[in-house]
Amino acid sequence: MQEMNNNPVRQSDYLLEVENLVKWFPIKSSFFKRTVGNVKAVDGVSFKIRRGETMGLVGESGCGKSTCGRTILRLQEKTGGEVRLNGQDIFALNKEQLRKLRPRMQIVFQDPYSSLSPRLPIGEIIGEAVREHGIVPQGEFDDYITRVMEVCGLPPYYKDRYPHEFSGGQRQRICIARALALSPDFIVCDEPVSALDVSIQAQIINLLKKLQADFGLTYLFISHDLSVVEHISDTVGVMYLGSMVEYAETGKIFANPLNPYTQALFSAIPIPDPDAHIHRIILQGSIPSPANPPSGCKFHTRCSHCMEVCKHAAPKWLEVEEGHWCACHLYDDAQAKAEAEEAMARAKRSQAQAG
Amino acid sequence: MLKYTVKRLLYSVLILFFVMFIIYILMYNMPSGYVETKARELASRPGATKSYAEWLEDLNAQYGMDKGVVGGYFVWLGNAVRGNWGDSWAWTIPVTQEFHNTVWYSFALGFASFIFEILIAIPLGITAARKQYSFTDYFTTVVAMVCISMPTFFVATVLKYVLSVKLGWFDLSGMQGRDYMTLTQFGKILDVAKHFVMPLITLVIISIGGLMRYTRTNMLEVLNADYIRTARAKGVPEKTVINKHAFRNTFIPLVTMLGGTLPGLFSGALITETLFSIRGIGYASYTSMTQADIPFIMFYLAFISILTLLGNLISDLLYAAVDPRVRLS
Repeated sequence: MQEMNNNPVRQSDYLLEVENLVKWFPIKSSFFKRTVGNVKAVDGVSFKIRRGETMGLVGESGCGKSTCGRTILRLQEKTGGEVRLNGQDIFALNKEQLRKLRPRMQIVFQDPYSSLSPRLPIGEIIGEAVREHGIVPQGEFDDYITRVMEVCGLPPYYKDRYPHEFSGGQRQRICIARALALSPDFIVCDEPVSALDVSIQAQIINLLKKLQADFGLTYLFISHDLSVVEHISDTVGVMYLGSMVEYAETGKIFANPLNPYTQALFSAIPIPDPDAHIHRIILQGSIPSPANPPSGCKFHTRCSHCMEVCKHAAPKWLEVEEGHWCACHLYDDAQAKAEAEEAMARAKRSQAQAG
Repeated sequence: MLKYTVKRLLYSVLILFFVMFIIYILMYNMPSGYVETKARELASRPGATKSYAEWLEDLNAQYGMDKGVVGGYFVWLGNAVRGNWGDSWAWTIPVTQEFHNTVWYSFALGFASFIFEILIAIPLGITAARKQYSFTDYFTTVVAMVCISMPTFFVATVLKYVLSVKLGWFDLSGMQGRDYMTLTQFGKILDVAKHFVMPLITLVIISIGGLMRYTRTNMLEVLNADYIRTARAKGVPEKTVINKHAFRNTFIPLVTMLGGTLPGLFSGALITETLFSIRGIGYASYTSMTQADIPFIMFYLAFISILTLLGNLISDLLYAAVDPRVRLS
């Protein structure tokens, strides 16, 4: 795994840059297969992750976190926007080039029960792609797999066993070993601990942290568990209905959440103290359909601070404080305010015309 | 595994006992039994010396029909377990002899159609699944649905009309051409093979639809699994993803299903054989049934029951063999 550090092409501060990423899933009519609408799973998301850091991506179920992670790795095609890994536009590559780039970017899925092929022994699951990409010379192959397994806390004699013989925590270690064996720069952890017991969660999180320290990995850590995200992330992005609503360093965002949605989300973190009184912000209603998101600010239907402007104009993505980005009309500066007013007026005019 | 197999076999014997008993009751109570038909025929012959009732009594005694249902069944069972299956009433030769004369034609037909079915349906199913919602997918689906929906006699009739009546390529039915006796040994084999073509096509057409849909469904399920996404994320070539990761897992239900149909190769295709006058076991059993030939039908249905039970057992054992997750106990 020495080759992990002799990185690549262009050294920049940021390993991953995502710009205005859009992923829509078309809804087809039943018979003629015409597109009658789109589920806007990811609708214009931008962020950057520094080399060797972890970004946490949080949000409710169905807000597009996982879709975002998968589209970044081009496990599905994008609808718009750009993703650059090491300065390389991932969507500009052809199939074969993309396949060659795969070892650099890996993913650990949420469900360790379904993400391992039941017909392959562990050694093959971990080693298959190592052989395929020629990560190590043939002669060192066995030693290499053994080493990777040991690093991930798996005894080497597990090699010939099948996935069903393992517990959830062990399976997730296998998934991590599988990803790690390709000596990636970047790993998307798509809710890697949500399916596990709390005690096992801690083990896996600590393993991920240790691997990051040892191999200089960069993570995109997708989760709905805020305590876990707080523990592991350097920066945190909050998503709501396909859009990023707030982004900052972990300390900042947890100490001072700006967006009303983030405030509501963070107030839901359980505190392990029976005497603690917490003021929970209870959101009314359920998350709107991403096929038909509300106009203006997508959160306005459930927001306690909702203003007239929120219903008509989408908030701008602004740097409210140093390194603390937020999309909410509460924090509009003068220019943004003027633009929002104008957008609102326009929306009202067209509504009146239509009416 | 051995313990499991033995246990299953013992259960099978028990099941077989009751299955055969039920069949015997049904056969015994047929509205127009062999004995009655025979008695009526003998009594109405010119110069008949005995009346119908007398003949009936006589024949009942001769054929062992006077012992009642339960008694008769146990007599049959006692003989059967000793390997004595009796003589066929309709064919007037030992039951096993008639079986031996016919079963190999059925096996040849069944085996050939089984091979073609696999060779056609599985690749089609996989292609359809890989290109879900494409033209190929819809086309194969429609073809499969048509194949599943068409009754055997209809397929056979259409084939006969087109290939035999219109094009004149094959004889309408039967197993031998008119000049069979004048042919050389090799020519005779070719002649019989030629007569098997239309039944074979019929069998393949009616069977591929189901298997194709089954393969497609299973393949789709596997292709949507997380581990396929994992394999793609690993950067394994698409061919390996399909052949190694996806098909291996599709294989499990397929093998168990196909393993279960293996014994069925011997059971004959009753309708197809009858339509094309192929003297296989299916045709023989049909003829026997119309004549209420109890010994032959009992033998044939016992044989089918054993095959079915065996098929289930094989399919369970195969499941354990191909799927590392399954342990039989």
